[in-house]
Amino acid sequence: MKTEPGPGSAPIVEPVSTPYVRIEGVSKNYGSVLAVNDVSLDIKKGEIFCLLGASGCGKTTLLRMLAGFETPTSGRLWIDGVDVTSLPPYERPVNMMFQSYALFPHLSVESNVAFGLQQDRLPSAEIRERVAAMLQMVELTGYEKRKPHQLSGGQRQRVALARALVKRPKLLLLDEPLGALDRKLRERTQFELVNIQERLGVTFVIVTHDQEEAMTLATRIGVMNAGEILQVGEPTQVYEYPNSRYVADFIGSVNLFEGRLIEDEPGHVRIACEDFENVVYVDHGISAAPDAKVTVALRPEKILLSRQRPADLDNARPGENRVSGVVEEIAYLGEVSRYRIRLSSGRLINVSQPNLYRHADRIAWEERVWMAWDSSAPVVLAQ
Amino acid sequence: MRDQVKAWRLGRRLILGIPYAWLIVFFLVPLLIVFGISFSTPKLSMPPIEPLLSYGADQVMQVRLYASNYTFIIGDSLYLAAFANSVKVALISTLLTLLIGYPMAYGIARTSAQWRNILFLLVILPFFTSFLLRVYAWIGLLSRNGPINAILLKMGVIHAPLALLQTDFAVYLGMVYSYLPFMILPLYSAIEKLDPSLLEAAADLGCRPIKAFFRVTLPLTSEGILAGCLLVFIPAVGEYVIPALLGGPGTLMIGRVLWDEFFNNRDWPLASGVAVLTLMLLVGFVVVLQRVQSEKVVSE
Amino acid sequence: MNKRLSPFVLTMLVLGFAFLYVPILMMVIYSFNASRLVTVWDSVHSPTLKWYAELFENSDILDAARLSFRIAAVNATGATILGTLAAFCLVRFGKFRGRALFIALTTAPMVLPEVITGLSMLLLFVALEQVIGWPAGRGALTITIAHMTFCMAYVTVVVQARLSTFDRSLEEAALDLGARPMKVFFLITLPIIAPSVVSGWLLAFILSWDDLVITSFVSGPGSTTLPQLIFSKVRLGVSPDINALATLLVLTVTLVVVGVGLSLQRRERRLSLEAQAAGEPL
Repeated sequence: MKTEPGPGSAPIVEPVSTPYVRIEGVSKNYGSVLAVNDVSLDIKKGEIFCLLGASGCGKTTLLRMLAGFETPTSGRLWIDGVDVTSLPPYERPVNMMFQSYALFPHLSVESNVAFGLQQDRLPSAEIRERVAAMLQMVELTGYEKRKPHQLSGGQRQRVALARALVKRPKLLLLDEPLGALDRKLRERTQFELVNIQERLGVTFVIVTHDQEEAMTLATRIGVMNAGEILQVGEPTQVYEYPNSRYVADFIGSVNLFEGRLIEDEPGHVRIACEDFENVVYVDHGISAAPDAKVTVALRPEKILLSRQRPADLDNARPGENRVSGVVEEIAYLGEVSRYRIRLSSGRLINVSQPNLYRHADRIAWEERVWMAWDSSAPVVLAQ
Repeated sequence: MRDQVKAWRLGRRLILGIPYAWLIVFFLVPLLIVFGISFSTPKLSMPPIEPLLSYGADQVMQVRLYASNYTFIIGDSLYLAAFANSVKVALISTLLTLLIGYPMAYGIARTSAQWRNILFLLVILPFFTSFLLRVYAWIGLLSRNGPINAILLKMGVIHAPLALLQTDFAVYLGMVYSYLPFMILPLYSAIEKLDPSLLEAAADLGCRPIKAFFRVTLPLTSEGILAGCLLVFIPAVGEYVIPALLGGPGTLMIGRVLWDEFFNNRDWPLASGVAVLTLMLLVGFVVVLQRVQSEKVVSE
Repeated sequence: MNKRLSPFVLTMLVLGFAFLYVPILMMVIYSFNASRLVTVWDSVHSPTLKWYAELFENSDILDAARLSFRIAAVNATGATILGTLAAFCLVRFGKFRGRALFIALTTAPMVLPEVITGLSMLLLFVALEQVIGWPAGRGALTITIAHMTFCMAYVTVVVQARLSTFDRSLEEAALDLGARPMKVFFLITLPIIAPSVVSGWLLAFILSWDDLVITSFVSGPGSTTLPQLIFSKVRLGVSPDINALATLLVLTVTLVVVGVGLSLQRRERRLSLEAQAAGEPL
């Protein structure tokens, strides 16, 4: 494997298809608690892979096993063709950016970044050169002599990044890299992080509980719950085609309806839901037994709100994918407004609408409104 | 890889082994020796102990244990009085220290940050100053023609100098004086940790300051109180220097009895017996206290 | 909570600190008293420095002070190494076999009455001499060993308190950057916990410098420490040169403790600020 390009040369490394990091049936238990349960995962070279899940789902344990701070109870870990399962952290070609940044408080910025290179006993001239180049890349030239406490939160984050990258690791692990930053800084840093990754071509594995962060950064996302990986895919995939109620609910918000499959054709299906008078029409086939119980997932932003009953869909029967209700709550958020609408079945449904016009005659409380959605919008999940 | 795991295990064992071995050889074994020798009897030799193990005329190893030290200590009212007096002096001293130390600790914890640091330093400073010299300071103050008697005489409170030195009063004074910092430190850290908004909440709910103190502050600092009392009581029971310098010949305390048996009477086995009984007394005390404490935790 | 103290608390503070400091102050004042009768103020010839002059001509006191200093310094260094190791084991090694006994052994020397510690140490040294011929006789060596044993317990407590609040991700970061465990300890852990190690050393030094009871049991002829000398003099009554000696000692200790205390406080404040800064952003 050729060495990673240094800063300056900036080839964009396309993800190649051979797995670069291979996690093979890895489990970790602490006593009787199963933190990670038989996880297998391939990560490609040059990817930004996000492990996404609620706290306690095992994502951090998985990351710490990649770093070498924990040893798997069973299973194996491979990085670039080398079995690293029982290598100690100081012998792995992996570096980590800690959630707390873990900058050494008694060392200057320069010494913090140089620390890893000094451990490799590189000539001091080379160390100086590489540290300077790295600090330049993260735009911290001029801050060499400062101590960590003399830096702002964003600057500290960049020192931590520089310190982890300067050893040119094959794999960079990032534990909630943006979690400690305020919102404005987070948005800016997200793009910087992606830029740096593209310039260096280092493979990133990021752990986060923030779905927005995962969606912005990741080339692929692995959604974790209770020690298991539920779904792996590109951001659009996990959002538009969630494979389970958990994933649909965890990423973004969603309305879930219980229903029964009443028509199952290769090109479309029809589902009867107790909450709607008319059936739900979906313009793609699913694999399920006829008459099977299914869940229909409908994202709030995919529902169109209007005062008049909207025209029927071209490809569906009259009344399908149309339902009316009474507005119960409105939250005006600026870019969008969120509505909670009571159906005649008594069920509340969440709808969000972009605020396209500044002075619109907005829908008000207690109004009766119509909701409509395209036949491609619903996701049908097996129960 | 395997070698590294092995090296790490070896390193761990070494790091743990050094202090562990030291404590076993120089702390645990000596206590066991004391226990053993307490079953011996004195002999005119160096060391002045009858060995427990000996070889009889037929070259058979014999173990001879004497219970005489214990029967002697328990039978002699002097030793029992010394034990009882030690506990009494230690208990009263602890109580007095608590009564003086609590308001002081409270005051230090509730002043401004600047004052707090200065006062805190003033509390630990005596702790670093020679214990012996601080006890010695009272000899001058309490003596027949010392400053205290001089002031009292001048004020006309008394007409003849009081015999203050070599009394129980002097011992209590010395104890409280010497151990006050030990009481204040844990109390201070307990009170400082107390969230002031709790008292504000109590006041907001209509609790007067005095009542709030007894219903909120005191219960929440009970752990500090316990720690402080233990830090004073335990060393006070075995105290030697204070009764030796400030107490009279009648001030019988266990530390002093042990010292005299050892240095003056050269009866090492008897001194060992006194040590074992003192140890049992203290261990029993701590065990009872722990049980009370854990019951309290359970009931809470 | 306002910063106003109630009159009662304020009174107790003033009286309490007066109680703590007046005796020491009196000792200092009387060290300048010309009268040999230490408790009577000779206003004609006082203040005088003659007791200080006498002190520095007294070779017994100077020898004892020198011996005490040597023992205290060696003891503090040894106890600091042992205590730091013990604290490290307690905080970092999790559950190991014999942990309960280890905890008991590291705390017991602090609560055991000194007469018992002293007696038991002496009996050990006597037994060792009989069995293996070492240590031959009693003196500075046996005193140092005895002091190290009870001082290491104090060091353990001080260092343990600091280690248990240590942010472990700092050590993990160093491991991650390729430093081996030993190196991590010396490059990262030790510099950060240094203030507590220094405090531990100082505490061990003072405890040893000040110890009378344990020393009396394990010392031999020819090895008289300063507290032993003071004790034998004081038993015979108050003597003015002891006042002078006490004044010098109090002065030294005050300067050292205040100096070290202030610099440690400053360093600790800065380090905790740094740690805070490195840990949680603003």
